[in-house]
Amino acid sequence: MRKLALSDEILMKVEKPARYIGGEVNAVMKKKEQVQIRFAMCFPDVYEIGMSHLGIQILYDMFNQFEDAWCERVYSPWVDLDAVMREEKIPLFALESQDPIKDFDFLGITIQYEMCYTNILQVLDLSQIPLHSKERGENDPIVIGGGPCTYNPEPICDFFDMFYIGEGETRYRELLDLYKDCKAQGLGRKEFLKRAAKIPGIYVPSLYDVTYHLDGTINKRIPLEDGIPETVTKELAVDVTGTYYPRRPVVPFIKVTQDRVVLEIQRGCIRGCRFCQAGQLYRPVRERDVEMLKNCAMDMLKNTGHEEISLSSLSSSDYSRLPELLDFLIENCGRDKVNISLPSLRIDAFSLDVMNKVQDVKKSSLTFAPEAGSQRLRNVINKGLTEEVILDGARLAFAGGWSRVKLYFMLGLPTETKEDIEGIGDLCNKIAAVFYETVPKEKRTGRVQIVASTSFFVPKPFTPFQWAAQCTKEEFLDKAYFTRAGIGSQLNQKSIKYNWHEADLSVLEGVFARGDRRLNQVILKAYEMGCMYDAWSEYYKNDLWLSAFDRCGVDPDFYSARERKEDEIFPWDFLDCGVTKEFLLREWHKAKEEAVTPNCRMQCNNCGAARYRTGVCVEKGETNAAALR
Amino acid sequence: MKVRVKFSKYGPVKFIGHLDIMHYFQKAVRRAGIDVAYSEGFSPHQIMSFASPLSVGHTSDGEYFDMEVNSFTDEADMLQRLNQVMVEGIDVLQVRFLDKGEGNAMASVSGASYLVAFSDKFILPSNWKDAFLSFYQQSHIPVVKKTKKGQREIDLKESIYQLEVRGDKVYMLVDAGSGSNIKPEFVMETFFERTGTVLPEYPFRIHRVETYKRAENGRLVPLIV
Ligand code: SF4
Repeated sequence: MRKLALSDEILMKVEKPARYIGGEVNAVMKKKEQVQIRFAMCFPDVYEIGMSHLGIQILYDMFNQFEDAWCERVYSPWVDLDAVMREEKIPLFALESQDPIKDFDFLGITIQYEMCYTNILQVLDLSQIPLHSKERGENDPIVIGGGPCTYNPEPICDFFDMFYIGEGETRYRELLDLYKDCKAQGLGRKEFLKRAAKIPGIYVPSLYDVTYHLDGTINKRIPLEDGIPETVTKELAVDVTGTYYPRRPVVPFIKVTQDRVVLEIQRGCIRGCRFCQAGQLYRPVRERDVEMLKNCAMDMLKNTGHEEISLSSLSSSDYSRLPELLDFLIENCGRDKVNISLPSLRIDAFSLDVMNKVQDVKKSSLTFAPEAGSQRLRNVINKGLTEEVILDGARLAFAGGWSRVKLYFMLGLPTETKEDIEGIGDLCNKIAAVFYETVPKEKRTGRVQIVASTSFFVPKPFTPFQWAAQCTKEEFLDKAYFTRAGIGSQLNQKSIKYNWHEADLSVLEGVFARGDRRLNQVILKAYEMGCMYDAWSEYYKNDLWLSAFDRCGVDPDFYSARERKEDEIFPWDFLDCGVTKEFLLREWHKAKEEAVTPNCRMQCNNCGAARYRTGVCVEKGETNAAALR
Repeated sequence: MKVRVKFSKYGPVKFIGHLDIMHYFQKAVRRAGIDVAYSEGFSPHQIMSFASPLSVGHTSDGEYFDMEVNSFTDEADMLQRLNQVMVEGIDVLQVRFLDKGEGNAMASVSGASYLVAFSDKFILPSNWKDAFLSFYQQSHIPVVKKTKKGQREIDLKESIYQLEVRGDKVYMLVDAGSGSNIKPEFVMETFFERTGTVLPEYPFRIHRVETYKRAENGRLVPLIV
């Protein structure tokens, strides 16, 4: 019987003790004497969020296939337990063995969103690992970061020994072998880091220095050791079929956000929306073989007992074998009463037919993501969704019995005008009008329900908008009020509901997204002042953040509200994510010209990702040959 | 066809709540490939009924649920298949096919027996054993029971069918019928309150030994006889 790290008394008084006991179905147990490497995999948020993340499950499965390693999980203790652990000085532990993290060889932290930065400090702090890389000794774990936020790791680089840039499937084996080697030879931590820095995809921040111009922009990046690469290039799984995929994912005892089998059908996206970071980072799009997916789906359902399966990808409608895969799932899942939850598909006759088969039409809603209210602005962001397509889709759907529509927009996109924002209300109104045209009075069971949601635009590194200025909080809120007024003035306003996100969180996210090394001290200060769980609006303390910036003498507007010059050196320029800066700049120019760029299947736009020689870049051979030159 | 399953719960999984245990078994039954029956309608669910819920923190050797199946092989096969997909801390102890007329697990429950141990942080009064027995030997033990609807005065004595001190533990068999059920910690708290003992945090380690139904002759018998 496993012994728990927390006493019964503590577990009885915290909310959801199941978060901390491990032992779930498919959790991997090994004998610690029989492994050479202990790897703790962390998602710095609460269990229910962390357990829902596919990337961790893939890596957990991969590491545990290595015979010499045991990978365990750790999440942020919720605020109630956090207080107890500080008070009683209990070191943070891994769920499987319940052993302290500080005794592990590696602590891997996946960094999925900027607002978890203070939780990274919480995890280190509770683990009793020195917060700064430079203060760690031979007995401390190697702290390694991965995930989308590592494409600009500079704001948190002091807290990490290294970052893994790119997809985890490729280089961890090499890294672990190097680690074992260094250990066997008695080489210390420093030497290991130096050698690791030469593995493709590995970035060791302490081996570089950065100098700045008087205006605060970056002057130069200087490698501090010989033989350290000047650029670190993204790692990418060239073959997404013949690689790791968790056939036995861990099944939590308690309800988590993603309480189902998740099938990642492809990685990447052909579309190139200009605001979307994932669309650039994961280029080129690579489809998984449909037979592999069918096989995985059945295995995972059998091994978990989940009642639901969900397809995952950035744009599932673009998966070329989607009809075949869905037919297969509908046939096999129906028998076992497994629900199929569809990712947001493009609304057309095909998807409506599928939705009709797998969901209760009356209860489900249609989702459109026009992202911008006018065609002009949709051209700026390269979102190839026209009003005509939306209205046609809505008409078909209303005729098929749907009466709920969700619409997602962004406010504060580059070049946005009042007319663009007015377009949001207009579009909602037109959709409502289509409902009343399409559905005869006697068939209506009530009003059509339209929910419009806006989020505030955050410019991200490695997107064509990385040069753009972000709106201030006041500008954002003005835009939200203007949107609300616009919706309120519509004929069908009673059928339209409007939601918007918090503005100050989006501004802070924008600061971190494009920040540099000088933000490390601010994040530390804010954490020391009590900031944690910033992604949870009820725990987000904007005042504390503002005062942390103030006390560190750092101006947040420098990072968010400033439009960058085209020749500015960005903090993340030393990383090569596959797409070139020239391509992004071309796209930034085209955005300003309101010109659209065709998707990768229509035409290659020579973004740079073809060098990986996989996915869409090679699937058409001839046509995309230009990209390969 | 209805099947009754008996299982135990011990170790770290004692922190998994009743609803989550239900979800756990819904998934376990699917992993085990059991031909469980589903309700009709747009969101079909397995036809399953759990006997009395076990509080978070308690362990047990006498948990039960019933499920409806479309087909089955035999009891031993089902037992084995379920045990192949259990986690550490939950063991399937018995599987029994039910006769047509038999009432469902939840409705049948009339009693439950418990062994109560004490936290090592609990310094018990030296004479607690004698005091406990004389507490129990009173002819009436009037108490106020809090229910969802409010408060009600009851005679605790009537709800305790058996009570013994066994070594350093207390054994009791109490009413577990829906509506009239008594929690073992309530018995313990009532006693210590009346002796003026201050309880530490999480003072009791409660283990359910068995869950009972009433046989036709009026006697309490385990849900699987
Ligand atoms: S190289 Fe061409 S086809 Fe490949 S991802 Fe870039 S734009 Fe698309």
